Amino acid sequence: MLETFLEFEFLRNTFYTGLLIGLIAPLLGTFIVVRRLSLIADGLSHVTLSGIAFGLFLEKKIALLAISPYYAGIGFSIIGAMIIEYLRSIYQSFQEIAIPIILSVGVGLSVIFISLADGFNTDLYAYLFGSVAAVSRHDLYFILGITLFIVAAVFFFYKELFAVSFDEEYAKVAGIHAKYVHLLFILLTALTISASIRIVGVLLVSALMTLPVASSIRVAKSFKQAIFYSIIFGEISVIAGLISGYYFEIPPGGTIVVSLAIILGITLLFKSRKS
Amino acid sequence: MNAKNGGIGMDSTAPVLSVNQLDYKYEQQNVLEGVTFSIQKGSFAGLVGPNGSGKTTLIQLILGLLRLQEGNIELFGTPIQKFKNWNKISFVSQKANTFNRGFPATVYEVVAMGLTGNIGYFRFFNRLHKKQIYQAIENVGMSDYVHRNIGDLSGGQQQRVFIARSLVSQPELLILDEPTVGVDTENVERFYKMLARLNKQEGITLLLVSHDIGTITSYVTDLLCLNKTIHYHGNPSEFYQKSDEEISKFYGHSMHAISHDH
Ligand SMILES: Nc1ncnc2c1ncn2[C@@H]1O[C@H](COP(=O)(O)OP(=O)(O)OP(=O)(O)O)[C@@H](O)[C@H]1O
Ligand SMILES: [Mg+2]
Repeated sequence: MLETFLEFEFLRNTFYTGLLIGLIAPLLGTFIVVRRLSLIADGLSHVTLSGIAFGLFLEKKIALLAISPYYAGIGFSIIGAMIIEYLRSIYQSFQEIAIPIILSVGVGLSVIFISLADGFNTDLYAYLFGSVAAVSRHDLYFILGITLFIVAAVFFFYKELFAVSFDEEYAKVAGIHAKYVHLLFILLTALTISASIRIVGVLLVSALMTLPVASSIRVAKSFKQAIFYSIIFGEISVIAGLISGYYFEIPPGGTIVVSLAIILGITLLFKSRKS
Repeated sequence: MNAKNGGIGMDSTAPVLSVNQLDYKYEQQNVLEGVTFSIQKGSFAGLVGPNGSGKTTLIQLILGLLRLQEGNIELFGTPIQKFKNWNKISFVSQKANTFNRGFPATVYEVVAMGLTGNIGYFRFFNRLHKKQIYQAIENVGMSDYVHRNIGDLSGGQQQRVFIARSLVSQPELLILDEPTVGVDTENVERFYKMLARLNKQEGITLLLVSHDIGTITSYVTDLLCLNKTIHYHGNPSEFYQKSDEEISKFYGHSMHAISHDH
């Protein structure tokens, strides 16, 4: 089955892109889950959707093809990330309020741009639920670039990211610039989300960031192990999900999430540790 | 004054910490008023005061976690605004044991975090750092738990891990904000003995916050009583020669009630 998959170039591109996001989504997801910010992925993915809708609107109405909907999505996601950080610094004592604000504004803007662009079309369906057929060679290289950037950033700032995630106050006293580490973290998250949407879609991208982590923290002893297992679980689900999605002609977002849920079920059954 | 060179050639005779005419208010409420004191190198200072007397606020100002409003603070002779050597100072928070217990981190990883600031950006842990981490874990008697998950330990064991985290960077000043909350009495005594040993043998200057005045007076060299302002600063034994009335004036109620209410 894998051979048929790799036979056609566009499927090969999809497959490699899937492997890349199966790496970065759980990698960033581990930091998100331990910081109890799981909903941030949902907030940002809906902001990305509004960017995509904006891009589709431009494409349709003004025929301004210079911005593809996908890049508009990345731009909106990065702006959304910075607004979340800004709101978090204002609402210090209830920081999670930033997430519903950004999520609802994202959905609101999406609705406006979608109706301005005269409603749903098949493109939008692919953005919502993911698609096996949507990846060009150019997109693959672009996502490869994003992946290399994210992996390098996490590698070089690993100890700072860990310190700020575990104990922000202590990290500040130790002289770490927590504010900039947060900003880096949220920008990496925004990039991860906009890269992952290609395959899993807006509605299910947060699942690829959080479900593998929910499984891995049940079996991992250390933080590094938690990252390692989440990536393994992420990759297994992406591969299984892409192949079965293609085979049954289902958007891969759905099959990947079901694979993730099966893995979670297995870890819940075999390992009963407090979470 | 040597503030210009960023505190590199610091005055070795300057107090480790000096606080001058510090005022602080949250919105309308004055929490600190005219707080002035200094702590000399090598002392073991105990800061006591009832709940809400401003102890944590004062510590957060000293650590740069809150912005100064009125007054000034000098660390190792350098005004806090210009102070850069944060690796000389370490801290155990009052909230240390309220962290997310599900966090998948081992004792080793938590203690290693204490070196993050010392190592600096774009640098990595080396073999020497690893040795220091194991040593710090051994010093608090947690060697058998190096690769255990921090969330699986008892409250007292977690507290020891947090002490190891703050000692691994070999600080000159260690600030502890009520570190014995949730630790049973027997372990509290052991804990204070360990602090006294660090102070005598390693020469670490300590500032210990507590409202348990009864226990700490037998360990500390300096006693500071805070309730909005410093009401007493000096030798703990002289403190007891003050009359009960005088003591209850700044405590608001009898001291004995305080040492028994928990
Ligand atoms: N973030 C805050 N916003 C507003 N008021 C605060 C804040 N933190 C503390 N306060 C108030 O400032 C006063 C001093 O609080 P602080 O935490 O410094 O006391 P404390 O001496 O550490 O008390 P405890 O022994 O309970 O730890 C209290 O009356 C408290 O209500
Ligand atoms: Mg306090």
